Amino acid sequence: MSVEHHAFHVTEHLPALAAVVPLIGAVAAALVRNGVAAWLVAVAVAWSLPVISILMLGQVEASGPISYALGGWAPPAGIEFRVDQANAYLAILVSVMAAVVLTGAPRSIADEIEPANRAWYYAVFLLCLCGLMGMIVTGDAFNVFVFMEISSLATYVLIAMGRDRRALLASYQYLIIGTVGATFYVIGVGLLLAMTGTLNLVDLAASLPEVEATRPLIAAAAFIVVGLGLKLALFPMHLWLPNAYAYAPSTASAFLASTATKVAVYLLLRFAFSVFGIDFMLANTPAGVMLMTLAALAMIAGSLSAIFQTNVKRMLAYSSVSQIGYIILGIAMVSETGLTGGISHLFNHALIKGCLFLAVASAVFATGAVRIEDMAGLGRTMPITMGAFVIAGLGLIGVPGTAGFVSKWYLIQGAAEQGMWWIVAVIVVSSLMAVVYVGRIVEVAWFRAPAQRAPREAPIELVAATVALAAAVLVFGLNTDFSAGVAADAARILIEGYAR
Amino acid sequence: MTSTLLMDIALLLPFAGAVAIWLAGRWPNLREAVTLVTAGALFAVVITLLARVLGGERPEIHPVQLFPGVEIDFVLEPLGMLFATVASTLWIVNSIYSIGYMRGNDEPRQTPFYICFAIAIGGAIGVAFAGNLLTLFLYYELLTISTYPLVTHKGNDEAKAKGRVYLLLLMGTSMVFLLPAIIWVLAAAGTTEFTAGGLLSGTGMPTWQVSLLLALFIFGIGKAAVMPVHFWLPAAMVAPTPVSALLHAVAVVKAGVFSVVKVVVYVFGVDYLSSSGAGAWLTYAAGFTVVCASVIALMQDNLKKRLAYSTVSQLSYVVLATAILTPISVMGAMLHIAAHAVSKITLFFAAGSIYTAAHKTEISQLDGIGRLMPWTMGAFAVGALSMIGVPPTAGFVSKWFMLQGGMAAENWVAIGVIFLSTVLNAAYFLPIVYRAFWRAPPPADAHHPHHGEGPAPVVLALTITALGTLALFFFPDVPLGLAEAMIADQPVPAPEPTALTEVTK
Repeated sequence: MSVEHHAFHVTEHLPALAAVVPLIGAVAAALVRNGVAAWLVAVAVAWSLPVISILMLGQVEASGPISYALGGWAPPAGIEFRVDQANAYLAILVSVMAAVVLTGAPRSIADEIEPANRAWYYAVFLLCLCGLMGMIVTGDAFNVFVFMEISSLATYVLIAMGRDRRALLASYQYLIIGTVGATFYVIGVGLLLAMTGTLNLVDLAASLPEVEATRPLIAAAAFIVVGLGLKLALFPMHLWLPNAYAYAPSTASAFLASTATKVAVYLLLRFAFSVFGIDFMLANTPAGVMLMTLAALAMIAGSLSAIFQTNVKRMLAYSSVSQIGYIILGIAMVSETGLTGGISHLFNHALIKGCLFLAVASAVFATGAVRIEDMAGLGRTMPITMGAFVIAGLGLIGVPGTAGFVSKWYLIQGAAEQGMWWIVAVIVVSSLMAVVYVGRIVEVAWFRAPAQRAPREAPIELVAATVALAAAVLVFGLNTDFSAGVAADAARILIEGYAR
Repeated sequence: MTSTLLMDIALLLPFAGAVAIWLAGRWPNLREAVTLVTAGALFAVVITLLARVLGGERPEIHPVQLFPGVEIDFVLEPLGMLFATVASTLWIVNSIYSIGYMRGNDEPRQTPFYICFAIAIGGAIGVAFAGNLLTLFLYYELLTISTYPLVTHKGNDEAKAKGRVYLLLLMGTSMVFLLPAIIWVLAAAGTTEFTAGGLLSGTGMPTWQVSLLLALFIFGIGKAAVMPVHFWLPAAMVAPTPVSALLHAVAVVKAGVFSVVKVVVYVFGVDYLSSSGAGAWLTYAAGFTVVCASVIALMQDNLKKRLAYSTVSQLSYVVLATAILTPISVMGAMLHIAAHAVSKITLFFAAGSIYTAAHKTEISQLDGIGRLMPWTMGAFAVGALSMIGVPPTAGFVSKWFMLQGGMAAENWVAIGVIFLSTVLNAAYFLPIVYRAFWRAPPPADAHHPHHGEGPAPVVLALTITALGTLALFFFPDVPLGLAEAMIADQPVPAPEPTALTEVTK
């Protein structure tokens, strides 16, 4: 009998740290009580996560997927955190977006949230981040549910902190729908457990082929897809999203819009491709046709609704509904090109929407209002912010040279490969609608005279965060090695499924 | 300096100029100096490249790979060289003119104006140098976006409404037709690189698909303003005159017809289109636009509107000449790009000069104005003659080549259209010249004192371009040399298997 001495190496525990660090940070932020101190904690925590994520990616690229046994209990009995290229990249995206948004946030938060609640805001923000990171790294179906609840509960609080009283209603609305979604998800997981006796995702993937395509299994797939569909706001399950984004504090909107729905999309990809396997999904459920139809409807209906909004945050929210349609569309094509388009749009849209919401946060800071009319003349008084807004807006339209073009290119190519010309038509029509709703803001911001009290640029950190994201929109529009290259890798991994 | 380095400089210089203009924004004289110096430097670079391209060089640069197999790259060939030369030459003249016009009319927001102008020129150079469809598309869209603030410069409700038409029509056609067409080409040929002799000529696509693809390109390139996607051009008349000159002569519409010629020659291949018959319909579409736009021009009293519809008609000359699908007619198309550019810019400069000096916009107000503004109206007359195609002006040379091509191809429809529209051109341009010189000006009174010529930079600019219009007739060497070089670049098509070759086998 030999006694093994396990020295504690931080690098062996990265997956756990990805979820634990923000959790500890949340507690610390809540304990310091002071807004500025809590912000410092939050920024430090938020910037440590991209480092952790990048280190994880390095390990994955060096020696294959990381399997981390939580608490030393070996999977499948214990909870496994499992990181491969697909979720390592998502972890980088989510943590970077959180870090950028938090860095830009303090004075916007100070403007929108009462002093007593500011520390709580950062604590809840970090709690939400903990939930999202946990959903990304975990390899256990029930553990996904636990982290989903952590992030959802935190999100309800974040939304309710909006200074408009309708934020409470929006939060309540999301609470109801979000709970239904999570419940559907957990029912599906329960059915899976009943059929296979395991909750570990890799184990599930291995044991599902042994179970015939029985009704409980199909029902499980349906519950999980619909549950996640609610969380990712797939049309027509999007009704919670516009109000939530519109009335949440501006920086919370920026964070949620660029991360929360993306993580739900990732889970959908995981279950559809890795766990159930795409052959099962296509043979036994109408998921392919259903997702494609809903995606097309989302793209048109979301863009159309965006055109008619008077509140700029609601407009961006409806635009998100339509852009989520693009992502799901790529997934529903079930081809490597389509999936590459969908996943790269997941990345690109996070950057674009993050930038747009931060620009709006600046506008709200400067004018105190969120109606499109209130942005009159901002192009002249806040040229840097609105310049960034226009760049991100062009990305939303999909103008070449911006990140949005890259993903649209793959999506159109994927549709063309399969001869689905009606999908090409839907993509270009939805893009045209984006020209209209982005153009509206441009017209108001540049062609209307500024209000009496001419605002100046927002605080430097907020402007810097916005500009950084706008620059990323341009950089990833011309250098696709990272975004599309990663997406192609992820698409390949997902199509291959789990291999232990 | 190596040619590739010169290409880098030419591509980046306008954008560097835009930044410098922004930095110099507070000091108008310095700002205008920056514009002129940038334009002059660009001209010098482009002319150096021009000499090398005429000498047989075809430099190329490959800066970025965007997607696997799809790069952003630039290849300099004679057609693009011609467009780049036109754009960079006229930028100098247009800048001189802009300075006179913008100051003469006390226009607001001049710094953004010059910045967008420089970016638009950068877009035009990118379109000219583009080595594949994707790169062309990138700069084509940049050109649309950078000219939108110029078109809406006035900022009033009318400008906003017209700006919407401009943006939606140009971006809409490019997204709805051009982008799918590019992806279709990529799917069919595996690449979008421009290839002498035609990228698609070996792919064996069914004829109806080739026709459809050609239609996607022709109507997707909205800047070429083939009816019915021409509405943006008259709408854009709301812009200040230097912008109209930019749109009509220097960059925008020229980028459109240039792209059409480029796509026909380097994506489809002239021989492929003519032997497959897939391009036959284009003669009718372009011919219809030529005649119909001329008839509409005839009915306009607003001078700039008449000029706008004249542009729609003249652009379709270029498309028509291309659609005749003979080497000689394609040369005519190239020559007409240069000829129309220099003539139409003269006409717009004259219209702007009249507006600045006399605040007149309608043709019916122009009685006797030639006596008050002899330089302006003299230049206008030269431009008008070139539009009609009367020697000794540039328009005659290109029309001559078009007609020769039409004869060679026995395309009587095209020839008929050219003759008919020549008559129409004369009918809507000559009355203006007649009015200006042979009718008496209205008597001057206390409220309407007689005005003189426009501001000096304006008159200088329009004189230069009028002389250019004449010079292109006497010395068409440069565009002609480029046109010949482009035709020489195309591979000679394999002869059809005839009875004789069958026998020798």
